[in-house]
Parts: sequence; structure tokens; C-alpha cells
Amino acid sequence: MIERIGRRTVEAVKAVGRFGHFMGDLARAVPDVDVWGRLTLVQLRRVGVDSLPVALFIAAFTGVVLALQASYTFRNTVPLYFVGTLVGKTMMLELGPVLAGLALAGRVGASMAAELGTMRVTEQVDALETLAYDPQSFLVLPRVLAGTAMFPIIVALAILTGIITGWLASLALLDLTTPEFVKGLKLFYRFKDTWFGLFKSATFGFTITLVGCVVGLATRGGAEGVGLSTTRAVVYSAVLLLVLDAFWALVLLR
Amino acid sequence: MIQFQDLHKSFDAKPVLAGFTLTVPDQETVVIIGYSGTGKSVALKHVVGLLQPDAGDVIVDGRAVSTLERDALMALRRDIGFVFQFAALFDSMSVFDNVALGLRRRDLSDDDIAERVRDALAVVDLTGADQKYPAELSGGMRKRVGIARAIALRPRYLLYDEPTTGLDPVTSAVIDQLMVRTREHLGVTGIVVTHDMRSAYTVGDRIAMLYEGKIRQVGTVAQIQETEDPVVRQFIEGRPA
Repeated sequence: MIERIGRRTVEAVKAVGRFGHFMGDLARAVPDVDVWGRLTLVQLRRVGVDSLPVALFIAAFTGVVLALQASYTFRNTVPLYFVGTLVGKTMMLELGPVLAGLALAGRVGASMAAELGTMRVTEQVDALETLAYDPQSFLVLPRVLAGTAMFPIIVALAILTGIITGWLASLALLDLTTPEFVKGLKLFYRFKDTWFGLFKSATFGFTITLVGCVVGLATRGGAEGVGLSTTRAVVYSAVLLLVLDAFWALVLLR
Repeated sequence: MIQFQDLHKSFDAKPVLAGFTLTVPDQETVVIIGYSGTGKSVALKHVVGLLQPDAGDVIVDGRAVSTLERDALMALRRDIGFVFQFAALFDSMSVFDNVALGLRRRDLSDDDIAERVRDALAVVDLTGADQKYPAELSGGMRKRVGIARAIALRPRYLLYDEPTTGLDPVTSAVIDQLMVRTREHLGVTGIVVTHDMRSAYTVGDRIAMLYEGKIRQVGTVAQIQETEDPVVRQFIEGRPA
């Protein structure tokens, strides 16, 4: 038992050391702009195209459900225009960033871990190094930068979609007019609602892509190793995303 | 000149290299033979700093590889072409881009890069295949693209990791001829890791057998063919224990 705890502790310390080493290498790759600059544009497109449909799909249904749940909760107790308040606030502060983030952890994080994992086990990463490329500037930086830059844009569109579908549901399914919905939407709005959600999504984007890359490049073995890395990337990203979500609420919303 | 100096490397406490020492003089091709899993590829990866030794070092032109800083290591790698066992081509890139990738790290114009890619593909008899993708190529063609990618860099050293493994005898012979032609044309220093004895006899100036983490015997092709060392004899004759 004690031996097992000791071994786990040593492994954990080693993992922290490896991560620190990885981040040091990443920082050293930053001046290599002529390598990562062009590749970042490719990744921006990939992350955007890969992520947008799933993020918008989730947001569209979330907006409808939020409007219906708010109306169910408020009926006969709270004025119905508060539906707009709840849809807006919830989409901006929480559900837009978190639901999109969780979906993209599965979509983007898993795809990066699988791609880099396959490259690792087929020696493509080694080949890159022998061609005098730094995998950090060729593979990691473009993905992390693209994730950090694109996630807020995707989440902004997701929030907008959720609010629009919430508004449409309010018009079609509830006894609410557009001015009433907009009145609720504007009622407690603060600019912080917008930047908080978008800032949070940037950190989610950074985390999900970084985890995908770290886990992918650490892949060992063949197809089984790639499968394990893919699963790990999704699980680690989802857990870290929820921890980050709580962290930012604690730090920025108190 | 490449010198392996008392190289030690273990994985999960299992020693793979245990005092591996070998010198590869300029313009010579040394073939490292040995049983599967005895650390031949591990030794090769130390030359380009893909692995860090537990003890000892590899010295390339007087530079101890494990002590090199990032930029110096990158500079060293520009002198070395590495041909991987399964070619390690980039799936998402065409043959042209695979071969051109290393050249884009040098101060070459697009025209120069295109010319060098064409020349390298011509050497490996793959003229016209530049727009194909790795998935469209046979195993032998992929290996040839891997060789083209390495020679396009016009390196001083060429390292081949199991270049004929998994190929039929005729394709293996083509790859062997290609390695010989490359050495003659470019005058490069080479290390070939293989357990294909026909290939070893064809391409090697000298042959070194790696056994239990060390060099068991090193000698010319004739010396190895006439060896009386029972371990080497058994290996080169392919006799079961």
C-alpha cells in the first residue's frame, strides 16, 4: 500500500516535471514565427470549421430549453419578461462557454490528441525533429494559439444563437412579445457579462488544445495508445474546464 | 566522423545499450546488425538527439550530441538525413511537400526547392509522383520517398533505420542499389541498421554486430562472412538456437 502511494507520488511529480519542461519548450518556440505563423492560419480555419456546427447546434437547443424552463419557473410568480433576463445571463455567463467548451473538448481536444498521437507512434514527430523542426513550433503553438483565439469567437456565436432561439421560442411558445423579451434581456445586463464569458472561453480554448497536444505527444504504443490518449484528452479537458469555470467564477464574479 | 562512446540506455530499468562503442569514419557506410529489439534503432536515434543517453555520448564531428543546446542541435540535424523504418511520411502532405519540408528550413528560393525535390525524386526513380499522397503509395515507394526526403537535404550523414524491412526481395534489392548509388553520388557517411544480411553485405563497408547492448564484432564484409564467433555466425547464417 505504502509502496503504491510512493510510486503514484513519484509518477505525479514526474508528470508535473514533464509538463513544466513542455511549457518551457513551448515558450522557447515562440520566436520561431516563420514556422508557426503560417500553420496557425491553417489551424484557425480547422478549429473554426470543426467546431462551429456542433457549438451552434448545442446553443440553439439550449436557448429554447432555457426559455421554456424559465417560463415554467416564473409563471404566476415573476413577470414573464424575466425569461429574457435568464436566457441572456445564463447563455453569456455559463451555458454558452461551458456547453460549447465541453462539446469542443470532445471534438477539438480529441481530434488533436488522436492526430498528434498517431504522428508520435508512426515516428512522424521524430521525422519532424530530424528535419530540424521543433514540434512545439510546428505542431503545438499553432493549435494552442488557434484554440485560444477561435474559442471566444465560436462561443460568441453560440451565445448569440442561444439568445436568438430563446427569443424565437418565447415568441412562438410563450405569451411574450419581442419588446418584453428585449426588456428582460437588458434588465440586469452589464458589459462584464460579455467579456467574462468570452475571456473564460479563451482560457477553455487554451486548456483544451494544450491538453490535446500534451497528451497526444506523450502517446506510446500503437493504435491502443492512440485510443487511450484520445480518451484521456477528453476526460482531462472536461475536468480542467469545469475546475477553471469554478475558478474564474470565484476570482471574477465575487 | 560519428563516434558512439560507451553509450548506455535503459527503458523502464531494462538496459538496452550497455557500453555501446563504435566509430564510423567519414565516407564509410557501417551496417549495424543484430536481433530485433537489441537497441539498433535506439543507438541510431541518439545520433540526432531524439533520445538522451543515460551515460556515454555520441560525438558527431567533435560535438557531443547530448550536450548541445536547442539551436546547435538543430544545426547538427541539418547535416544529417534520417530514413525511418516505416518512412514516417506526413500523411497530410503530398510527396512534393514531404520532400520539400526539410528544405524550407534553409535559405533556399521556391525554385531551388522545387529543383532539389525533382532531383531527389529522380534519384529514387519517382519522377512524376510528386503530387501523390503517402496513402496512394506502396511500401517500397514510401521508403523511396523517405530516402528522397533525406537526400534532398544533401546531408553529410545518412542514417537508415531498417530500410528494407517488410519489403519483397526485389524491392529490397532496389533499395539496396539506391543506398549504394546515394553513397557514390553524394559521398556521404552512412549508418544502416538492419537484420537483412543480404542488404548488409551489399551496402556496408564494415559490419558491426550489436549483441546484449554492446558491439560483439566489427569488421569488413569479408571478415564478418568468415567469422568464427559463434554468436555472429549463428546470426548471419540465420540458424535457430
